[in-house]
Amino acid sequence: MRPTRPLLAVDGLRKLYPVGKQRIWRRGAAPSFLHAVDGVSFTVGQSETIGLVGESGCGKSTIVRLIARLLDVTEGSIRFDGEEIGKVPARHFGVAPQRAQIQMVFQDATDSLNPRFTAFRAIADPLLRLQRLSGSALRARVEEAARLTGLPQELLSRFPHQLSGGQKARVGIARAIAVEPRLLILDEPTSALDVSVQVVILRLLQDLKRQLDLSYLFVSHDLNVVRLLCDRILVMYLGHIVESGPAGRVFAAPAHPYTQALLSAVPKPGTAGGRSSRIGLPGEPRSPIDPAPQICPLYGRCGRATEKCTTAMPALRAIAPGQFVACHYPNTAPAAKPQPLAAIA
Amino acid sequence: MIGDGNAVPLLAVENLGVEFRTRSGTVRAVDGIGFELRRGETMALVGESGSGKSVTAYAIMGILDAAARITSGTIMFGGLELLCAGERAITEIRGRELAIIFQNPRTALNPIRTVGGQIADILLRHGNVTAAQAPGRAIEMLAKVRIPDPERRARSYPFELSGGMCQRVMIAMALACAPQLLIADEPTTGLDITTQAVIMDLIAELAASQRMATLLITHDLGLAAEYCDRIAVMHAGHIVETAPTVALFATPRHPYTAKLIAATPGGAPSLEALAAIPGALPDLRRGDLPLCRYSERCERAAPACVERPLPRQVVEEGRRVACHFPL
Amino acid sequence: MTAALRHARYVLGENPVTAFAFALFFVFALCAALGPALAPYDPLASNAGESLAGPSAAHWFGTDQLGRDILSRIVVATRLDLGIATTAVVLAFAIGALSGLAAGYYGGWIDRIVGRAVDTIMAFPLFVLAMGIVAALGNSVANIVIATAIINLPIYARLARAEANVRRGAGFVEAARLCGNSEARIVLGQLLPNILPLMMVQVSLTLGYAILNAAGLSFIGLGVRPPTAEWGIMVAEGASFIVSGEWWVAFFPGIVLMTAVFCFNLMGDGLRDIVDPQRRT
Repeated sequence: MRPTRPLLAVDGLRKLYPVGKQRIWRRGAAPSFLHAVDGVSFTVGQSETIGLVGESGCGKSTIVRLIARLLDVTEGSIRFDGEEIGKVPARHFGVAPQRAQIQMVFQDATDSLNPRFTAFRAIADPLLRLQRLSGSALRARVEEAARLTGLPQELLSRFPHQLSGGQKARVGIARAIAVEPRLLILDEPTSALDVSVQVVILRLLQDLKRQLDLSYLFVSHDLNVVRLLCDRILVMYLGHIVESGPAGRVFAAPAHPYTQALLSAVPKPGTAGGRSSRIGLPGEPRSPIDPAPQICPLYGRCGRATEKCTTAMPALRAIAPGQFVACHYPNTAPAAKPQPLAAIA
Repeated sequence: MIGDGNAVPLLAVENLGVEFRTRSGTVRAVDGIGFELRRGETMALVGESGSGKSVTAYAIMGILDAAARITSGTIMFGGLELLCAGERAITEIRGRELAIIFQNPRTALNPIRTVGGQIADILLRHGNVTAAQAPGRAIEMLAKVRIPDPERRARSYPFELSGGMCQRVMIAMALACAPQLLIADEPTTGLDITTQAVIMDLIAELAASQRMATLLITHDLGLAAEYCDRIAVMHAGHIVETAPTVALFATPRHPYTAKLIAATPGGAPSLEALAAIPGALPDLRRGDLPLCRYSERCERAAPACVERPLPRQVVEEGRRVACHFPL
Repeated sequence: MTAALRHARYVLGENPVTAFAFALFFVFALCAALGPALAPYDPLASNAGESLAGPSAAHWFGTDQLGRDILSRIVVATRLDLGIATTAVVLAFAIGALSGLAAGYYGGWIDRIVGRAVDTIMAFPLFVLAMGIVAALGNSVANIVIATAIINLPIYARLARAEANVRRGAGFVEAARLCGNSEARIVLGQLLPNILPLMMVQVSLTLGYAILNAAGLSFIGLGVRPPTAEWGIMVAEGASFIVSGEWWVAFFPGIVLMTAVFCFNLMGDGLRDIVDPQRRT
């Protein structure tokens, strides 16, 4: 382990959205808030790939937008290379010195490209705005970025609707690396792509990471992809990190009941009848609006729940070197007791 | 659940060809495909986008786009030839014997009608129920697909339900009249992985209890492997290989199948082990498409692949490969 | 670019009516540009001896009550009518599109102000409002332009607002922020090019309406004054002669006016097909 400070350090991050009608004349009633991100802390080291997994509503999209400074932070700190950037309002971050160092690749490449811009213009955008390049210097950088992402030069003059899914994905990546960022956030970059294209893009991302010495924050719902690409993974549920650790360890021996349910839901090719070992999560997720701070977010769906789970919110504790779980009853046995799929699922 | 030894398959597609007339040319979306499905069997049509799997499903249901033309082939369903049958006969069996559930359940449901009402509509159209009985039966169906509090939910509108619940409603609508064949067109794309598992388990369970055959259309090889007895792999409008699931993974015979399995992250031990599939899908509007549409991407290609018509070799019992030089 | 032209040729080929409209527009544009050079006679030259002469070889459209050649007056009037309409539409488009974009993108108080302004304009029957504006500001061509621009503002503002609203959550807007674009630059540099095609279609459609508006105001005596040649005035002057049998004085200007409006409407539909086939009516 290099004894350098982490590239990104997130501490106690919270994002709350006010919900319901804000009645100015209703005295005494406190406004309600939706807790999209509820006290998240983690670090991303130099040249590390961190995977962020979780299902819809867990807050992973919100977290990456907070880190990319597209959203304002409600509480908590974000330190990038030692500097506090969480306090800078999102609308002013465009001119901050760190803007070019944190970039993002989006899930839907089609949606993330301006339909009226050619590929060249799209890739040139950050160079024009953040590095004020022009003329031949601009052209050289754009062509370099295209070359690095394997985008043929003749495609640079095309519009998004003239490009294939894989090509659009490359344009999105080229735009993100053009300004030489240090942290690249990848929000489900391959989920809209065919399997054959996905392999190529994943390999490309791996190569780019080595060539350009990048750190990745890789958000995905596809656990198989995360397993292949990431050094460490963070499992999220309802705005909390419930488990974190080296990817191999977490996949082989998940300790949190949610992680176990998630992993058991992944279809396994080459085996038939994975159903019998399915771990189910009966019921619906708890409401993210004004959640009681002392009740574990998984309470009500968890087979191991006891009284303690409603009186003390479990905090992330180390159960093995580098592996942390937020559970009062973590269980690292590889095949946890299967919950029969209850009548209500 | 492998179907019993019925000699006559429930669904038999033979030499089906579909093309689309578009502004930029005629797209030969599906060309000469054939497969069979027996009662109670589950089969998957696996392929990437553009492989023609959804077109096949729509052709069976008779809901192809107006620009589509069926150029060849027959589809026999339970003794009825679907492509020649009159409109009346088709609408009778569609919904009753033959049902389909779609991707993106929330958009496939009528947004201005309660979910209970939509199920009741199907029952009234196809089932032998009176108008008085229909709402009650609809609530029964909702309970059958394990929607909690079905009486109250029956009065909900689709926008009030989550994606997983909407898909359950679609399953309820599809299964309301106990069809013999259920076509599931990418039913879990866009759903969370735990919801996906629950939905697929539900379909499997209901299919087993009603001895219903299932045709699963998907791009996810892992999903097909877990839920289906047999898999047909499609590429550029052709079925390149059909085999029982275990055999397909153990010994793929078509080069594309082998490459597809090697490209799927689920089974690979590391990123380096993932294999990319060289080349790209051929443009299906071309007039000069080679007879084997995979030959341009195949390392084993030979002149015969371009000139000789594709064989439909029966390699072993229950396996077919469309390749002159199978692995 | 060439793909757009090819698509344009395809649309025009499929739709002969649209092709005809484009050809007609070209004729009008030519008349507006060359105006007096094309007119066979001086439009202001009165000739009492030839007053109220019917259509003939010498005067294709006949002469009016002062003996002026109607065809010449119509050709020359093209420049004025088209000029008024075009200026008004350009003004309406510029102000309407920008304010609508801002309202749709930023929301908040900008949206409220623009919304109320648009609602206020639309609360009136638009022609009556135009009359009121010209009456208040004074009888001149400039004021007709202003009045026509004001009453056509709302449609651009609403269109721009709706489009901006839809697009402001798009991925490329977020990506633009990551690239260091300020909000203003996003609105003008990223969103505006996306709504321009639709705006162009609307411009063409509005032109027809604006011509009608300008002619209508002149018809009732507001705006352009005699002896200036203008389609609306010519119809007004000719109206009194219909009863006595000299139908051509009002008929020809009226027909040309109608054809111009028709032509712009058809062109608008054709443009819409070329620009955005999904939105075909």
